[in-house]
Amino acid sequence: MQAAHGSVFKYGDNVDTDVIIPARYLNSSDPKELATHCMEDIDKEFVNKVKEGDIIVANKNFGCGSSREHAPISIKAAGVSCVIAETFARIFYRNSINIGLPIVECPQAAKEIAAGDEVKVDFDSGVITDVTTGKTYQGQAFPPFMQKIIDCGGLVNYINQK
Amino acid sequence: MGMTMTQKILAAHANLPSVSAGQLIEADLDLVLGNDITSPVAIHEIEKMKVDGVFHKDKIALVMDHFAPNKDIKSAEHCKCVREFACKNEISNYFDVGKMGIEHALLPEQGLTVAGDVIIGADSHTCTYGALGAFSTGVGSTDMAAGMATGKAWFKVPSAIKFNIVGKPAKWISGKDVILHIIGMIGVDGALYKSMEFVGEGIQYLTMDDRFTIANMAIEAGGKNGIFPVDDLTRAYMKEHSKRPFTEYEADPDAEYDEEYTIDLSTLKSTVSFPHLPENTKTIDEVGDVKIDQVVIGSCTNGRMDDLRIAAEILKGKKVAEGLRVIVIPATQKIYLQAMEEGLLRTFIEAGAIVSTPTCGPCLGGYMGVLAAGERCVSTTNRNFVGRMGHVDSEVYLASPAVAAASAVTGKISGPEEVMD
Repeated sequence: MQAAHGSVFKYGDNVDTDVIIPARYLNSSDPKELATHCMEDIDKEFVNKVKEGDIIVANKNFGCGSSREHAPISIKAAGVSCVIAETFARIFYRNSINIGLPIVECPQAAKEIAAGDEVKVDFDSGVITDVTTGKTYQGQAFPPFMQKIIDCGGLVNYINQK
Repeated sequence: MGMTMTQKILAAHANLPSVSAGQLIEADLDLVLGNDITSPVAIHEIEKMKVDGVFHKDKIALVMDHFAPNKDIKSAEHCKCVREFACKNEISNYFDVGKMGIEHALLPEQGLTVAGDVIIGADSHTCTYGALGAFSTGVGSTDMAAGMATGKAWFKVPSAIKFNIVGKPAKWISGKDVILHIIGMIGVDGALYKSMEFVGEGIQYLTMDDRFTIANMAIEAGGKNGIFPVDDLTRAYMKEHSKRPFTEYEADPDAEYDEEYTIDLSTLKSTVSFPHLPENTKTIDEVGDVKIDQVVIGSCTNGRMDDLRIAAEILKGKKVAEGLRVIVIPATQKIYLQAMEEGLLRTFIEAGAIVSTPTCGPCLGGYMGVLAAGERCVSTTNRNFVGRMGHVDSEVYLASPAVAAASAVTGKISGPEEVMD
């Protein structure tokens, strides 16, 4: 499967879906339009700086709050290749798997990786490599059932292939 | 090993004799819910699926409540998309302006949610129906689409935290104070991936509206669901509102819990969540002098009859503080009408508040009360994240209807005792 490789945007605990994509933009469901406002209320510079393949690293409970799928959709459409966090809020976790945004839970990596580091993630092994510091981390593997959904490219394709 | 109440409902819907925490299951759904923000995305997804329509036209509820009556052209396009989908698929529970209310107040009132159900909704506060003894949880739009297409959803069976509710609450202490107290205690991820199961003799002192408020905010502690046992009050509520048969479940005596807490209602004080997380709670005697610009009384958390009655009791014969805007939003048409018949709307309007048609509007900074930079609002809603009700530099303080109404009179965060004899 594919791997992620990019530079890191770093955030703290409890990054909620209101700051990922504020409700004032939820009158749209167009991924490209949502991407232009991604992370706007926590980091105004994010959309100007983010490059295709970049990685978000955050601490605990990333994506808490609203069930809006617009949140992972905006992150994916902004070009982010993977989100690494200590823990994810459960609806955000489901939504990310369902739409095919790779996410990895890894407390140690979430703690130690710094903003701007160059990071690689191998989705098959779950190994996270901080190229800048040379450190590697073992991310939590998905249960086989979820891996199947991810391999299909999301829930819609999974159901279509059943 | 015994099962929790949640686990028993999930096992029954997965056609399994028993399930245990961590197990992945596929469960039959009794209801799939979406609103005007999440449904358009789900409709886009279902159109990509190789399915012939929806699994059951009576087991889907589509409620136009977030940006409806439409606040702008894009919102109108979203509602139009859902309206056309509902029409094409003959969805019987489609609620548009005139019939709609805030989804989590509306569906129990319409009798669409009963004890023993498994319900998913593309709205995080779908956990509200746990008040009736159902398993209900929020999902995203793709899960909603899959649910509408197949009538099934996959779940990881949750472990649980048990909250033993004891004691009798003092006057003015309501469900909102109970759940804010709990979130302050365990934190916004204190129940992450878990069920919050409420038990104990103190539950008899909680009205159905109190229980809806408590289950509603389980998500603010990260919970997968919040659930109450079924008692006489629940049965009476369901008999009044629903013709559907219901099934009562209760946890096995030897069910395992990750943690257990005792909540003594008699010791609770009015509780307020300070910006910018619901876990930042203070009791009313700790709040200090916080001047405010707006008060919102409403939402899926606190827009029901009990909430409006408490607010009106406090505002009756009094005036809203100079320079303050007070917005009251009955959660459904039926509640609106009942409040009118009881004279509550007159009380609000004479006090200087406005009364709006049902909408989620201000809770998520959509419309009907968006805040400017530097403004503060005391709100009976459920989230006080950065920018939740408007500008990133505005502030939301979460509180009960009693505290909101008292604050409306004084112009600063105040407990009801401050304005009542």
